Amino acid sequence: MTGQVFGGVQADLGKSYFELFGLPVTYDLDVTDLATRYRELQRRFHPDRFASASEPERRLSLQLTAQINAAFQTLKDPVARARYLLGLQGVDTGEDTDTAMDTAFLMEQMELRESLAEAREAADRHARLGTLRLRVNEEFEARSTRLRTRFAENSEPARRQARNLVREMQFLQKLAHEVEELE
Amino acid sequence: MALLQISEPGQSTAPHEHRLAVGIDLGTTNSLVAAVRSGVADTLPDELGRHLLPSVVHYRRDADPEVGEAALEAAADDPLNTIASVKRLMGRGIEDVKRLGNLLPYEFSPGASAMPRIQTAAGERSPVEVSADILRILKQRAVASLGGELSGAVITVPAYFDDAQRQATKDAARLAGLNVLRLLNEPTAAAVAYGLDQNAEGVFAIYDLGGGTFDISILQLNRGVFEVLATAGDSALGGDDLDHAIADWMWRAAGLSEHADRKLQRRLLRDARAAKQSLTDEQTVPVQVLRPDDTVWQGTLTRATLEQLVDPLIERTLAPTRRALKDAGLKPQDIREVVMVGGSTRMPRVREKVQAFFSREPLTTIDPDKVVAIGAATQADILAGNKPDSDMLLLDVIPLSLGLEIMGGMVEKIIPRNSTIPTVRAQEFTTFKDGQTALLIHVLQGERELVSDCRSLARFELRGIPPMVAGAARIRVSFQVDADGLLGVAARELGTGIEATIVVKPSYGLTDAEIEQMLRDSITHASDDNAARNLREQQVDADRVLEAVQAALRADGDKYLDRDERAAIDAALAALHNARAGSDRKAIKQAVTLLDEATQAFAMRRMDASVNAALTGHRLDEFKS
Repeated sequence: MTGQVFGGVQADLGKSYFELFGLPVTYDLDVTDLATRYRELQRRFHPDRFASASEPERRLSLQLTAQINAAFQTLKDPVARARYLLGLQGVDTGEDTDTAMDTAFLMEQMELRESLAEAREAADRHARLGTLRLRVNEEFEARSTRLRTRFAENSEPARRQARNLVREMQFLQKLAHEVEELE
Repeated sequence: MALLQISEPGQSTAPHEHRLAVGIDLGTTNSLVAAVRSGVADTLPDELGRHLLPSVVHYRRDADPEVGEAALEAAADDPLNTIASVKRLMGRGIEDVKRLGNLLPYEFSPGASAMPRIQTAAGERSPVEVSADILRILKQRAVASLGGELSGAVITVPAYFDDAQRQATKDAARLAGLNVLRLLNEPTAAAVAYGLDQNAEGVFAIYDLGGGTFDISILQLNRGVFEVLATAGDSALGGDDLDHAIADWMWRAAGLSEHADRKLQRRLLRDARAAKQSLTDEQTVPVQVLRPDDTVWQGTLTRATLEQLVDPLIERTLAPTRRALKDAGLKPQDIREVVMVGGSTRMPRVREKVQAFFSREPLTTIDPDKVVAIGAATQADILAGNKPDSDMLLLDVIPLSLGLEIMGGMVEKIIPRNSTIPTVRAQEFTTFKDGQTALLIHVLQGERELVSDCRSLARFELRGIPPMVAGAARIRVSFQVDADGLLGVAARELGTGIEATIVVKPSYGLTDAEIEQMLRDSITHASDDNAARNLREQQVDADRVLEAVQAALRADGDKYLDRDERAAIDAALAALHNARAGSDRKAIKQAVTLLDEATQAFAMRRMDASVNAALTGHRLDEFKS
């Protein structure tokens, strides 16, 4: 039968993604280290390890590895990680409901998007796209660095600033993705 | 049946009897079964020494179906009752089948579900049942060669198979009485056969040119973990097309008219295939065509002509290959090894072209027909628990995005393609009418935005939502994709915590009721021999559960259970022991279920402790070993 109904009760181990990976709750993490931990967790808990185990154990291993996969996807991406971290601190980045952005940032975004449109048509397209990608990455990294300090401060105004930075990074990430698609 | 060995106290892993497990390559044209014996994985031949079982089933009025070579021979005289290439129909609806219509001569009739049924002399047969008939033969072959009941099987499927196709494959195995340890992607199985999992890391391409399909997969290996980075292919391109191209050439050369009878067509195809195979070693091969007027045309097929004929087809395999590389964000030179799969890769021209494309000599030392089954057997041996020290782990991705129908016939993606599985995503829904107690969720699979362009998987009807004003109910629906790539759904109203009842209407699969009926039919019609086999299968399953629970109790029973809990589990264990000793299949099954229930909390605590132990307090370099 397609689409089985699985046992309603979920294995909620009550752990944050950070705890699951045995990491401190921080924005500042080493992605290589994260990947090593991910593989170690998968090696131990993947359903293949439980192929001959009892039914409850097989079900738990399935739920747990699904959670490990979700945690890895979230933590390895700076924007998703920051949004998750803010969520743990009770801050909703609210991309869907709140579209107000800093005017200067929006102007800059429009300018970057114009450059992208021009580069697409230009004869030296590859060179232009390369330059544009570098610039977008720089803007992104600069915000990521500032975000690191904001998270370290752990205060209400810092969290507000962090929220704005995450939203801006989301924009830049999307743009970087579009540039890469064209390259 | 050997008695369970009881380990000495303090021994960490309990020794157990070697479990018989097989790998099965259920192919479009041919199927194979393989097993690890004395540490070596190889395919198992039938009593005549043949390894390949043609995936063809011939149905007869008052006799068991013929499968394999015998069915292939019957195809000429009784084409409507001889089912070939049934893999193309797996998980497909009657509409898809109509689209394949001119390729398939069979008479179809719709069943209770949207799954098509083929009318045969033995009655109506669904593709799942036809596949089960093939699997049953492979299972019998394995039981005879290995000398005992199978504890489980790994069955391979194409990496791009959607949920309905995977589920259909699993259902077929269930009907054939096989315990599926895992559905394994074919390219992953091929990589395992070559031991590529022993490498530290690298990116591998699996080029699979079978009889009727072409698949290319890009796999990444990183310290024992396989990930499927991308897959692409052409489901209507394979060795058969090469044969057709050669047959067409012979046809034209012999000056034949447009219309020829099926018998002549078949003969031409057979000769074309033989000529192609000869040219693997020879430079030229004589060919002849017996015309309908009994005159004979004689000619020569050279390798150069053959290359002219097949080059456009081989070129067609390179387009999806480029697409897969692009999807993975890679260039041909990033590929560390190329694995050749499928009989058609024996053709020197195919190897040449692939080598030129990747600038690297492809791996061809394992028989390309057997390589997938051999990899599946290797994995089956590990999953059955025969190699407790193995470090191998295969991580797969979901090949196509899963989405939900939203307003205006649009699809909203909830699980994007290439997400590593298992995976779970939750989505919240609400009611739009006062007092609404039911909700319909339509799940689709595909990359397009319109419902009509995606593949409908199932409609889930949530019932038992507590009545509230419109928009007040918050129904959280979790979509789970397991390690086999199969979808599951659970739903709960968040305010009240009430579990919604879910009624599933699979779009193309069999309903649970249909499968139950098929199982019942097979048991009712079965001889005593079959009944005895069903009992043995249930006993094997009971032994597996007994062993698993006893091992868990030995390791952690004292740690996580109080006296009452332990007593409850011991009672359930004893009940299963008793049932196992008897011959009531249902009673054994029920005792297994009760033991599962009794051990739920225990399993949860063990898992939780194991997670805590896994990483807390460890330094990173401990994992780098």
